Amino acid sequence: MTTTDWPLWEVFVRSRRGLSHTHAGSLHAPDAELALRNARDLYTRRGEGVSLWVVPSAAITASSPDEKDPFFEPAADKPYRHPTFYEIPEGVQHL
Amino acid sequence: MATAAAQQTARTQLGTGRDGTVGTVGTTDADDALARAFDAAVAADERIEPRDWMPDAYRATLVRQIAQHAHSEIIGMQPEANWITRAPSLRRKAILMAKVQDEAGHGLYLYSAAETLGTGRDELLDKLHSGRQKYSSIFNYPTLTWADVGAIGWLVDGAAITNQVPLCRCSYGPYARAMVRICKEESFHQRQGYELLLALSKGTPEQHAMAQDAVDRWWWPSLMMFGPPDDESSHSAQSMAWKIKRHSNDELRQRFVDICVPQAESLGLTLPDPDLRWNEERGHHDFGAIDWTEFREVLKGNGPCNEQRITQRKRAHDEGAWVREAAAAHAAKHTTGAPQA
Amino acid sequence: MTAPSTDTPAVSAALALGDDALVLSHRLGEWMGHAPVLEEEVALANIALDLLGQARVLLSMAGDEDELAYLREERAFRNLQLVEQPNGDFAHTIARQLYFSTYQHLLYARLAAGDGPFAPLAAKAVKETAYHRDHAEQWTVRLGDGTEESRTRMNRACAALWRFTGEMFQPVEGVDVDGAALEAEWLASVADVLRRATLDLPEGPRSGAWTAGAGRQGLHTESFGRMLAEMQHLHRSHPGASW
Repeated sequence: MTTTDWPLWEVFVRSRRGLSHTHAGSLHAPDAELALRNARDLYTRRGEGVSLWVVPSAAITASSPDEKDPFFEPAADKPYRHPTFYEIPEGVQHL
Repeated sequence: MATAAAQQTARTQLGTGRDGTVGTVGTTDADDALARAFDAAVAADERIEPRDWMPDAYRATLVRQIAQHAHSEIIGMQPEANWITRAPSLRRKAILMAKVQDEAGHGLYLYSAAETLGTGRDELLDKLHSGRQKYSSIFNYPTLTWADVGAIGWLVDGAAITNQVPLCRCSYGPYARAMVRICKEESFHQRQGYELLLALSKGTPEQHAMAQDAVDRWWWPSLMMFGPPDDESSHSAQSMAWKIKRHSNDELRQRFVDICVPQAESLGLTLPDPDLRWNEERGHHDFGAIDWTEFREVLKGNGPCNEQRITQRKRAHDEGAWVREAAAAHAAKHTTGAPQA
Repeated sequence: MTAPSTDTPAVSAALALGDDALVLSHRLGEWMGHAPVLEEEVALANIALDLLGQARVLLSMAGDEDELAYLREERAFRNLQLVEQPNGDFAHTIARQLYFSTYQHLLYARLAAGDGPFAPLAAKAVKETAYHRDHAEQWTVRLGDGTEESRTRMNRACAALWRFTGEMFQPVEGVDVDGAALEAEWLASVADVLRRATLDLPEGPRSGAWTAGAGRQGLHTESFGRMLAEMQHLHRSHPGASW
């Protein structure tokens, strides 16, 4: 390896038990172990987390903004997936 | 850059001037549609995200601004780190170390925001080291006494916060998110500076004089942090249109002066401006003329510490090269979990 | 001001452990703005802040933290000579961290398990020092098994600081641990890390008349006086002032 440009990692922090990991930002590290430690020092120094993930940025496959319409628009016209779609007679409970 | 700017101007005009049905050449049509989508998103106060189409000039402006901001954080470590080893109490020493550490952290958040625009941190650092990108001129002034640590916290961080709070609503998502995090963390920076100065001001006569001297030296440079007056600011209009910037330089400067005057009174210190007085009619404080010649000189590289700051930064980077190489070489030998750069 | 003359064993011990933490924190603080990579600025500062926190608790057990830090003469400091050694290059700093944080972690684990006056502090510090030890080990392995240059530098640093390591296992009044057992565990751990890092285990003596073994009695090395002069200057220039 001739370059010293350490690869980029995405950092995900679980802020407390019961919540999922949330993207916090990115950092550079030569390998996974140091990436995790750098993430701890950089993103949790005020007690922001109880668990960390680091993922090589290059390993993430993202949907493209160009595909936004085919990906996400078809979901917009299916109101029957939502409970508010259904009319229930007044007085019926626990439903 | 000129072509990119021209292109943007053209796109903006097209975006507002066409109804979308004109044009038969596919690429032009597609470009128009993208430009319109971008303009509409900005107009609707939506955020632009890394993979969205954006005008080249918007991207270039952001890279320049975020990089300069990141550089300011890491160069800004130096004047304060200058006092870590001499901090006069263990409590103050812990506070100062935590603050300088935050600045390194903020530099990292910002470099990572800049990297989402496709420019690597190494390249940005290289531009800093070779003088092709700038950092805030304020850090080219020296910290001569312990009170300067307080003046930096109160005035320099105060000015920075005034500038930065609106950036939390900047149109570029990663920059806005980095700024939210930074502003939240920086709230202690200004308070610790104020508390430090207050302790000095209420202390011995020597300590009081030290505090006044520091405020005398940092006041005017702090006002310059808001940049040139609006009528001379070259990037302002476009940045405001793109919602990268939300308020003009003079507006923010006035806001800062109005905030500082009563704070100085509570400190028992004076601000070094004989023309500073409340203007009932304007509902603001009037203040004296800023020495823009000094501003331009420091910007050009002729400030008291320009040379020293860059030299130290370069030395740390160069002397650290073998460490970065060693870790990269180790990762290459033990490939588990190590992606290629 | 010299060391409190009516030292109880607990006070002597608080000074010894507190001075170790104070002095090493100061040395690590000197790195700020000079670290080899930005991520390490943050990491080294974290360690320095942990140590400074420990120092403040320990010195407060012995007296007023600021009087003790800022108004004692060099001979009244009880820290190990190891922690006062100048930062040198990053390899020297990492070697110093490896030697000291391994010792400190093993020591605090023992103190945390006991019921002496340091147990409450040790219960917190043992977690901090576990992280410091891990940081030092991670970097020792990367610098040792990195490039030719980094291995050379790391071998040189480990050898240079080796002679200051014997002092850590001398008995300290008020610190109730088995020094011989601590030393054996320390040696095994450090030897294992150096082996994983493809580094040489230094062979020279681990103490000597003028090299190590005297810091706990107040005898220090040349650079320490200069470090204290810098650290104490401002505080001493304003007698009685509050900050």
